[in-house]
Amino acid sequence: MKRRGQGFTLSFVLVFLLAVVLAGCGSNNNAATNTAATEAPAATNAGTATEAAATTEPAAKKPTVAFVYIGPPGDGGYTYQHDQGRLYMEKELGIKADTVENVPESADAERIITELAQNHDIVFTTSFGYMDFTLNVANKFPNVKFMHASGYKTAANMGTYFGKNYQGSYLAGIAAGKMTKNNQLGYVGAFPISEVIYNLNAFTLGAQSVNPDVKVSVVWTNTWYDPATERQAAISLLDKGADVLMAYQDSPATLQAAQERGAFAGGNDSDMGKYAPDNYLTNPVWNWGPYYTKVVQSVMDGTWTNEQYSGGMDDKMVDIAPFGNKVPDDVKALVEEAKAKIISGELDVFTGPISDNQGKEQVKAGQKLTLEEVLGMNWLAKGVEGTIPQ
Amino acid sequence: MDFTTQLLIAAISAGTPLLLATLGGILNERAGIIQLGAEGLMLMGAVTTCIVYIRSGNLLLALLAAIAVTAVLGMVHSFLCVTLRANQTMSGLAMTLFGSGLSAYLGKSISGLPLPGTSPKLNLSWLNGIPVIGDIFGRMDYLTWFSLLLVLVLHLLIHHTSWGLHLRAVGDSPATADVMGIRVQLIRYSYVTAGAALIGLAGADMVLAYAPTWNEGLTAGRGWIAVGLVIFARWNPLRALFCAYFFGALDSLGFRIQLLGSVVPSYFLKMIPYIVTILVLMYLGYRNRNKPSGTPESLGTPYVREQRL
Repeated sequence: MKRRGQGFTLSFVLVFLLAVVLAGCGSNNNAATNTAATEAPAATNAGTATEAAATTEPAAKKPTVAFVYIGPPGDGGYTYQHDQGRLYMEKELGIKADTVENVPESADAERIITELAQNHDIVFTTSFGYMDFTLNVANKFPNVKFMHASGYKTAANMGTYFGKNYQGSYLAGIAAGKMTKNNQLGYVGAFPISEVIYNLNAFTLGAQSVNPDVKVSVVWTNTWYDPATERQAAISLLDKGADVLMAYQDSPATLQAAQERGAFAGGNDSDMGKYAPDNYLTNPVWNWGPYYTKVVQSVMDGTWTNEQYSGGMDDKMVDIAPFGNKVPDDVKALVEEAKAKIISGELDVFTGPISDNQGKEQVKAGQKLTLEEVLGMNWLAKGVEGTIPQ
Repeated sequence: MDFTTQLLIAAISAGTPLLLATLGGILNERAGIIQLGAEGLMLMGAVTTCIVYIRSGNLLLALLAAIAVTAVLGMVHSFLCVTLRANQTMSGLAMTLFGSGLSAYLGKSISGLPLPGTSPKLNLSWLNGIPVIGDIFGRMDYLTWFSLLLVLVLHLLIHHTSWGLHLRAVGDSPATADVMGIRVQLIRYSYVTAGAALIGLAGADMVLAYAPTWNEGLTAGRGWIAVGLVIFARWNPLRALFCAYFFGALDSLGFRIQLLGSVVPSYFLKMIPYIVTILVLMYLGYRNRNKPSGTPESLGTPYVREQRL
């Protein structure tokens, strides 16, 4: 019996050790960046202090900047683009920003934002679900500036920013409308929320602008990232006959499924052409760098305001990815032409008449939707085959 | 192709990683060791495949590496559960958490990079003329064929060979097996290791067949479904084939119903696989109420010679 007791103790200790090791691995990212976050500002301050002393310039102290990410920068999509924006800003302004990745949209976010607010001048929170947590922390730290992506709540020291990526979806729609052979397009939507709905509608309107007969079938996956589910959704659309797919998802699963069937496809957020160069169309991409630079610069200059900023193609916050290998030149030209019109303001994506797929007129002829109306969109345009679950 | 054929093809495509992982779990649990680490092992298999395939460009090497890495993790699991007699549930959960964290960490360098290729297909052009069969089997990838072959091999192994008899004896009554001269610990080590390697291969299949790039959390819970399917299949490889494809079909059915213009909200359609699983379990439970459940009798109980636990 004694031997057995020893075995149990030993095994307990080993399991405990394993648990400690894996706990270390699991929260590695957060822990590492948190320490970096607490140490880095001191270093930055010291650095700027000596620099200022050396050049004896009365230049403004460089602000300390922090970013809160929903995913890992290596996701090749949404967070990747934010991280590229951060790198651009760092290079332009010579600032080293701190990042915390994989922050869940829960009470954890408030804890992390609070920690960051204690020793940073500007905190960028880059996902919709951080909205209320950012607001709470903003109220507690009136001297820190907060910028929240894609939300609608502001405070004296908290602004919001996002881009009109539906302009990119519209252009991708033009390409899709020209490329389809049987006028059946497919759209893999993550969640039936307005962000996805206005992109789906813009895609449909873009396709119809060059091909009035086109129909867009939509399926909702109810996940942002799950390659197995996204693949099933894409295959269902291909089986239904769609020959051009668009996926408002974070994985390139749709591209791979389309490639296997010889169909065209596009993704979201970043240039996904590398996953299937011959079957790639294009898709909207984010470009945050210039805006991040502008915001940090405005804090340095003391001109920052709690704006609600929405960037478009005109200021390059939104663009489309380079076309795939097999997109013909005339299609490219057509898209470029529309892009120039969007940039000049001549073309507005949501200009009436637009009716929904129930036959009800949503935008009257000659009218344009305001940004607020676009951001709250809850109807599917005519030509979309699908429903919004209520 | 009609609706049913399309659904069958989709079911096989969605079911293959589940099938491989379920077969791995069956090997594991037939030997009497609970395997709850499937999610972590699949992630480790997937990330190893991606790293080696991207770095070397050699698919076979990548698959072998995935098998090797997950086999080592399987050995750790068996060391904990067999030699140290640790709590098997704890050890399995630790595997899952450990695998999720470690794969995310290891994958950082190659995250988002495209793989050099996808799962290679076996083109059987002579099947093309035949309806349904040709559509289904004409262009399946090698891993799918391998999984089908494996079902047959494992079925024969477990139920029709003396090795299988030994395996079942070890899972049901290790003391008896020991008396008969079967090396219980060795068998448990071997099958837990082999099972883990198969689960790793399932992860490799996911990344090769679904999305040609690594991202952390790629399996999105498929490992847990495999854990459930092991029980659903009642530790039988042939039933595992049926269950994995059944689940794959249900997974795909939701989207097809959406496309038929159904008014049922997509949230409910997404629940189909789980609701049907519960219903089938209830039915099977009722039908088999007077039969043995198929659970290896000493599942979860460590064995030490001459000790009563």
